[in-house]
Amino acid sequence: MDWLNAIVQGVLLGGLYALFAAGLSLIFGVMRLVNIAHGDLIVLAAYLALSTTILLGVHPLLAMLIVIPLMALIGYMLQRCVLNHTLGGDILPPLLVTFGLSVIIQNALLEGYSADPQKLNVGDLETASVAVGGLSVGVLPLATFIVAIVVIVLLQWVFYHTAIGRQFRAVSDNADIAQLMGLNKGHIFGLALALSLAVCGIAGVLLGARTSFDPAIGSGRLIFAFEAVIIGGLGNLWGTLAGGVVLGVAQTLGGKINPGWQVLAGHVVFLLVLAIRPRGFFPRVEH
Amino acid sequence: MNTTVKRSSRASIIAVVVLSLLLIALIAAPMWAGRAELRLLSEVYLYLSLACLWNLMAGYAGLVSVGQQAYVGFGGYMLFALTIFMGLPPIVAIVVGGLLAALLAIPIASLIFRLNGAYFAIGTWVVAEVFRLVFAQVTALGGGSGSSLPVSIVKSLAPSRSGRESLSYFLAIGALILVFVAIYGFLRSKRGLALTAIRDNEAAASGLGVNIWRTKLEVYVVTAALTSVIGGLIFLQNLRISPDAAFSVNDWTAFVIFIVVIGGIGTLEGPIIGTILFFLLRESLADYGTIYLLVLGLVAIVVMIKAPRGVWGWIAQKYDIELLPMRYRVQFKNK
Repeated sequence: MDWLNAIVQGVLLGGLYALFAAGLSLIFGVMRLVNIAHGDLIVLAAYLALSTTILLGVHPLLAMLIVIPLMALIGYMLQRCVLNHTLGGDILPPLLVTFGLSVIIQNALLEGYSADPQKLNVGDLETASVAVGGLSVGVLPLATFIVAIVVIVLLQWVFYHTAIGRQFRAVSDNADIAQLMGLNKGHIFGLALALSLAVCGIAGVLLGARTSFDPAIGSGRLIFAFEAVIIGGLGNLWGTLAGGVVLGVAQTLGGKINPGWQVLAGHVVFLLVLAIRPRGFFPRVEH
Repeated sequence: MNTTVKRSSRASIIAVVVLSLLLIALIAAPMWAGRAELRLLSEVYLYLSLACLWNLMAGYAGLVSVGQQAYVGFGGYMLFALTIFMGLPPIVAIVVGGLLAALLAIPIASLIFRLNGAYFAIGTWVVAEVFRLVFAQVTALGGGSGSSLPVSIVKSLAPSRSGRESLSYFLAIGALILVFVAIYGFLRSKRGLALTAIRDNEAAASGLGVNIWRTKLEVYVVTAALTSVIGGLIFLQNLRISPDAAFSVNDWTAFVIFIVVIGGIGTLEGPIIGTILFFLLRESLADYGTIYLLVLGLVAIVVMIKAPRGVWGWIAQKYDIELLPMRYRVQFKNK
């Protein structure tokens, strides 16, 4: 039963990792951009939620209503003002600029909030649980998993059933021709990063509600997100959810054998997947 | 009008003479510099070595790694493990550590070479995290809190403190010369030409018969070995190691990347200029703590967007000079 419990917890943890990964996967799909600052932006969202709850005295989940649009705005401005200047044939500029951004966000948070670990106080929700077939499942992890599914359904719907989704797919296929057809690719890239960071906003609040966080944990979240994307297969959002679940289960099982192995077990499983199925489990050349 | 084709130019001859004189003065530094200056200079040499190695990978082979701290930390830990458990002399341990790093780099490369571009970069980071977590599990080396190099091993280097300080200075400058000569020789050889061809156009290079995978593998493995040697020397100076310090992404990769980007990626001169600028910035902003990291990140972003070829690339383009010549150029003689 202990093992079953560990697996269930791992699956639910995978929901959070899928939320980390969805935004990363999305912008790679639209503009082939790998955002090294992705993890730090998730942590930034958690801090924004912290400030919102303190300033307005609202519940952290309600703070999402402010954090999500704020993150989207940051994303749009970031893309228009900085990242659009780095896109081209060469992979180095976007990589190094987002790497610099990661260092800036980390140290700005350190300067503003100190290195002390913080946590979003979600009250009774923190410890609430429901009994499912003899197992006791936390309400918050379960809700996180459901949110992950809802987010993926929404992203899929945006991509395949809306005008903006069609534009995303068009610039992804060929940005220059899309431009000739009257699309403003700078604007569309901006919207893509806005959407990506909106998801980071959700992920950041749920991360902060679940565990304590400090300015230095961003790079770790980036690595989990990246592993979930690669395990699941590039360009497939449901694959990313599966990748997150594989990673989450690997971590909880590893942690059950030896507490020091929790994160290590996730990395090892990722490297094994890379060795056996380099393209992940459900690769799809999307769009 | 007749023409000649050669590498050297008047600027490059002057540069080599000046650099040689500077080098001689620096080798003699233990005679004229104090203890603090020697330590700072050693640190400069080791950072410059790391920058040259990262530049070889990213600027010439197109392998953008953010996980070189894996090999810095590995070299450091091998120094501690081989001297404490096997009784090897420290310098031998550092060299053996480099060879072990090369052996380890081969299977690692065969895994992470499956990832392209930016995903390769994050893959190298995962490998470095695996190294950190594994070494944190080794209780004999202090686990997560780390350990110090035993006094008897430190004393085996040289009996007196000033002797040890001079020796570690000579090791640092020797390693820098080794790294620099190795990279310069490599880039001017036939393989270096293949590497430059890959950098300029991978498909075309492949079409001309360059084995892309093998050339990149060679660069990755050699870089891993030399990075590990530098790591060993860094922790021979520190005399203390812990997983977080040994595998720090900020100290061993972020700073190194900023040095190369600000100085000029894909040039030999760039890392030298970048290192000088980095240390000037660090020494002048050291009192402001995290502000200096903010400034460094900001400068790197601005350089990458406004002058992607860095300070040296900008100068070289503006004045058409190459101090450490890599290319042949046609020279016209008007009679």
